[in-house]
Amino acid sequence: MWRDAALVAGRDLRVEARSRVTLQQVGPFALLVLILFAFALDPARQTLERATPGLYWVTVLFSALLALARSAALDEADGVRDALRLSALEPAGVFAGKALAVAAELLALEVVLGIGVIILYGAEPAGIGLLVVTCVSATAAIATTGTLYGALVSGLRVRETLLPLLLLPVLAPVLLGATRAFEAALGGAPAEGWPWCGLLAAFAVLYSVAGAAAYGTLLEGS
Amino acid sequence: MTATTSPRTAAGAPQPADGAAAVPAHTGSRTTRILGVLALASSALLVLYGLVISPPDVEMADSVRLMYVHVPSATYLYVGCFFTTFASAMWLWKRTPGWDALAEAGAEVALVFSFITLGTGSLWGRPTWGTYWTWDARLTSTAVLTVLLIGYLALRRLDLDPGARSARVAVLGLLLVPNVIVVNRSVEWWRSLHQGSTLSRIDPTIEGDMLVALMVGFLALGLVFAWLMIHRFRVAWLEQQADRFDLDEALALRRAEAADATTATAATKGTA
Amino acid sequence: MEPVVHLRGTVALLGRFPALAGIDLDVLRGEIVLLRGPNGAGKTTLLRVLAGLVPPVRGEARVLGHNLPAEARAVRRRVGLLGHATALFEELTAAGNVGFWGRACRASQDDIEAALGLVGLDGRLRDVPVARLSAGQRRRSALACLLARRPELWLLDEPHAGLDNDARDLLDGLVHQAVAQGATVVLSSHELDRAQALAHREVGLAGGITTGPAPAAGAESPEAKTLGADVPESMAEVPYVA
Repeated sequence: MWRDAALVAGRDLRVEARSRVTLQQVGPFALLVLILFAFALDPARQTLERATPGLYWVTVLFSALLALARSAALDEADGVRDALRLSALEPAGVFAGKALAVAAELLALEVVLGIGVIILYGAEPAGIGLLVVTCVSATAAIATTGTLYGALVSGLRVRETLLPLLLLPVLAPVLLGATRAFEAALGGAPAEGWPWCGLLAAFAVLYSVAGAAAYGTLLEGS
Repeated sequence: MTATTSPRTAAGAPQPADGAAAVPAHTGSRTTRILGVLALASSALLVLYGLVISPPDVEMADSVRLMYVHVPSATYLYVGCFFTTFASAMWLWKRTPGWDALAEAGAEVALVFSFITLGTGSLWGRPTWGTYWTWDARLTSTAVLTVLLIGYLALRRLDLDPGARSARVAVLGLLLVPNVIVVNRSVEWWRSLHQGSTLSRIDPTIEGDMLVALMVGFLALGLVFAWLMIHRFRVAWLEQQADRFDLDEALALRRAEAADATTATAATKGTA
Repeated sequence: MEPVVHLRGTVALLGRFPALAGIDLDVLRGEIVLLRGPNGAGKTTLLRVLAGLVPPVRGEARVLGHNLPAEARAVRRRVGLLGHATALFEELTAAGNVGFWGRACRASQDDIEAALGLVGLDGRLRDVPVARLSAGQRRRSALACLLARRPELWLLDEPHAGLDNDARDLLDGLVHQAVAQGATVVLSSHELDRAQALAHREVGLAGGITTGPAPAAGAESPEAKTLGADVPESMAEVPYVA
């Protein structure tokens, strides 16, 4: 299964490298959202700084929607589903590969956004360890959940509107946990943040299992 | 002919004769009539207890009376979600349409109760705190749950092949209860960290007549829940029956195509 | 010897539509069978049933010794389907695509390279992104994906469409080569001249059923077995190509 995952992840990342959509479109979109937040919440007042963790993760979520839609679209192309079913690839492996590829893209995005937030919002990084672990576990949660839900809506005409509707309420706890952890880190009280990381990790485990188990069914059922 | 079984037989509904579409006039039956009467009776009792007999709360005065509806309806909201997840799991295992109907019924009735929960909770906030919304743990997670249910029902409403739709819907339904649990736990944990800030605990201490009123509330809403579930399940069940696909009929039509093609070419050859 | 394909009264649905309403078909190892019929007769669906992608809901169906739909997974590993869609990723090169699909089917690197060579994509065209290939070159890439997995049963859905004459000759040659190595081929085509020259026998399809009695097995049979009332009499004289 892991060999299949590596194969699929490699494919997804190679396609991404050639098309450079994440680099040229999703990244700028994310930075744009940060800027729009500044328009909405006047930087002169302290709101931006206090809200930085939340705004950061909301931006990550919205950008993730784009990245996940792209990932799902890759396998919706003409004949690809049939070919996947005909191949010897294990559905759980395909799921894992796609989730890994999306996770890699999101992590890169989060680094860029982190820099953006430091520059644009004047955030001062602290508790780096907690920040990194939060990013990794939140990304795992978003990538696994998103890949599963992406498969749920794949091929549907209304998938562009349905995916956010289905996925965002499910990811609300991830937003919650990641924001609280970031607040704890930046506020100099990391001990409060680690439990939230635990929540994120548990979430990621839950959806890794669910996704691996359900991907095959979704691949078959039209 | 596809053989279908249901986890609850449509007791009392007239059976369709030899596969023909003899649709019953309504989804009522002796069971639901009894249930309906009981539900009305207990609701009347609830009104009596809730509005008259039970005393106003020390802290919250008369607005506590909303709790007799709010708390049970939140409970039955979760029960409805449980039905959906359980039925989705059973569908994935057995693949019989009755489970699909049950899942749909569970989600819709749960949605009704989620609005009741949100409504009563919101009304409670107004006189007490002056706002229509308090970020109370239950209210917040109910709001998220409402969106989850709306999303689930939106997926159901898509115009897809029933076969294709059922698999996706079942997976989504299966994830409903886990999602609810995760959302609940995390929101409660979150709000518990802010004890006493702008927050208010909706659940007051309850005893005596107030406790009785609450119990009556559970009873009344429970009966209403059961009544709604049975009816909604039967409607979904009948929809599936009406929609039922007659394979032999379709095969006959398809084979007629071939016969037409044969006779058509024979005719042209004959005249040529 | 057990036939590679054995269908009796097979019914298959596309949603609610019975695309196949009762197929009787036997194909022995090493045969090249042509499916003929008007549009909508069910040729594509039949090929997909044989691939294990569409489950039959009635009747008997055995492919490569496996019962359908119960053992569909086992069937899928051993067949190769060349359909209308190419299943190619635009951003990857021809070599990249064949490499991915080849490895997805557990093909060895040698087989992958050989497949690219056989279709003539191992030179300059290897490293061109599929988006910049012509339609014919894409079809050849898809064919290479099939070759790489070395299937025992080839299922070709209008394979000559979109190929120039050289490519068509190439395809025919590859089919003969595969059959010589023990493969079996079922194809559908509207290009009757070429397809009939290629095939050992024909099966007519109309309205989801095979028109005519169940063909007796026999790759050695000298006559072209043409079934179906929509076949002009002159076809009965088409010689059988070994």
